[in-house]
Amino acid sequence: MTASTRRRFLATGLRSAGLVALGGLACDGSRPHTGFLGVMERVNERFQRAMFDPDRLAPELGEEAESPPGAFPAYKISKVFPVAPAGWALTVRGLVARPLTLSVPDLLRLPRAHTRVRHHCVEGWSAVASWDGVRLAEIARLAGVDERARYVEFRSFDSGYWSSWDLESALHPQTILAYGMNGAPLPTEYGAPLRLYSAVKLGYKMVKYLTEVSFLPVRTGGYWEDQGYEWFAGV
Amino acid sequence: MPRPAQPWLIRATHWANLVLFTIMAGSGLRILIAYPFLGARGEQYGWYPLQGVRPPDALTIGGWLAGARHWHFAFAWLFAANALVYVTYLIASGEWRRRLFFPRRDARNAWETVLHDLRLRKEAPPPVGLYNGMQRLAYTGVLATAPLLVLTGLAMYKPVQLPHLTALLGGYDAARAIHLLVLVGLALFTVVHVIQVLLHPRTLADMTVGRDERPEEAP
Repeated sequence: MTASTRRRFLATGLRSAGLVALGGLACDGSRPHTGFLGVMERVNERFQRAMFDPDRLAPELGEEAESPPGAFPAYKISKVFPVAPAGWALTVRGLVARPLTLSVPDLLRLPRAHTRVRHHCVEGWSAVASWDGVRLAEIARLAGVDERARYVEFRSFDSGYWSSWDLESALHPQTILAYGMNGAPLPTEYGAPLRLYSAVKLGYKMVKYLTEVSFLPVRTGGYWEDQGYEWFAGV
Repeated sequence: MPRPAQPWLIRATHWANLVLFTIMAGSGLRILIAYPFLGARGEQYGWYPLQGVRPPDALTIGGWLAGARHWHFAFAWLFAANALVYVTYLIASGEWRRRLFFPRRDARNAWETVLHDLRLRKEAPPPVGLYNGMQRLAYTGVLATAPLLVLTGLAMYKPVQLPHLTALLGGYDAARAIHLLVLVGLALFTVVHVIQVLLHPRTLADMTVGRDERPEEAP
């Protein structure tokens, strides 16, 4: 290498290192909603919303596709699996014509929806179970959701675990409030008495141990979302 | 007309790719740590020898799952865009002719280069133009498999919205396994690539500051 080649080589190297360092400053993995990572999260949300087709159904799978007993993980925030308070009922509120209070018998009287689709966890695993419940779209119809509602917030009694969704994903035909799993009543570990289940979101969006569904004009956050996980999280 | 061994667009995209690929691999490995198994829950693949083995932290970027996912999905666009610029240039400039593997021109030369590198043949076959046959085979192999990274990545990102792509790749978990296997393949390529560059430092100068094609390769 000649001296001038070496100088050019070094200068190029220094410039590239500078650019990389500058990029590093704008990318802080411990605060992923900020800086360049935050900007790109919003770009990706727009991309995900553009890709989302409210009429596209995830493939319904056969019984043989169900994960073996015990293989479907069950996560919680509380130290022990939370148990429903006596007299539990679901509250439906927000921008609705008719706020509702629904007990389990009330929910069982509503049109029954069944879905068996692949579950996608943010961690990278997948699993399959079948779920019985009521479409959220059915609840929205009963409550008379106002046109100003664009988002839905779900709250739970699992140490305040919560999440909020875009209305389109919430009203997808494979988004249900589930009270049954694999043909049996929903077990405590999987969110009894009532949990959110959906084909079109990652697992952490599916709030278990539900207490409240609110139709809102604005998006809020969520337990994991506020810590840095992406808010849209569609699949 | 003399042509640089490595035109500036190829040099720029090559080094950008080094940075972007490192970010994608590092953040990808951090994501893998969250579930270091291949195959669905309860149906993990028997053929994968590293079930449950965590990639070393030193190879990862992002610090935790959410950080790594944000890195991965932010830089995926830049990684793909850079690759697109490269491929467009490769086609439009005609550079593909002296870089891609053509069996008639390169197969024999590639074989003789392998024999030489294994010390089974004394003389190294002369490069045909810019590269020898084995280089062309390796670089073409990278170009042929790298799109699989993007396709399997998209299938994992949107398995429900892209049902045909996901099914074509064998489903969500198969796509995830292919994604990792292609990474392993490209990492092995990179190891050999870096060794070859250390053995032939002139190629590093070619790829950095650019230089005219060597005289003996003039047509």
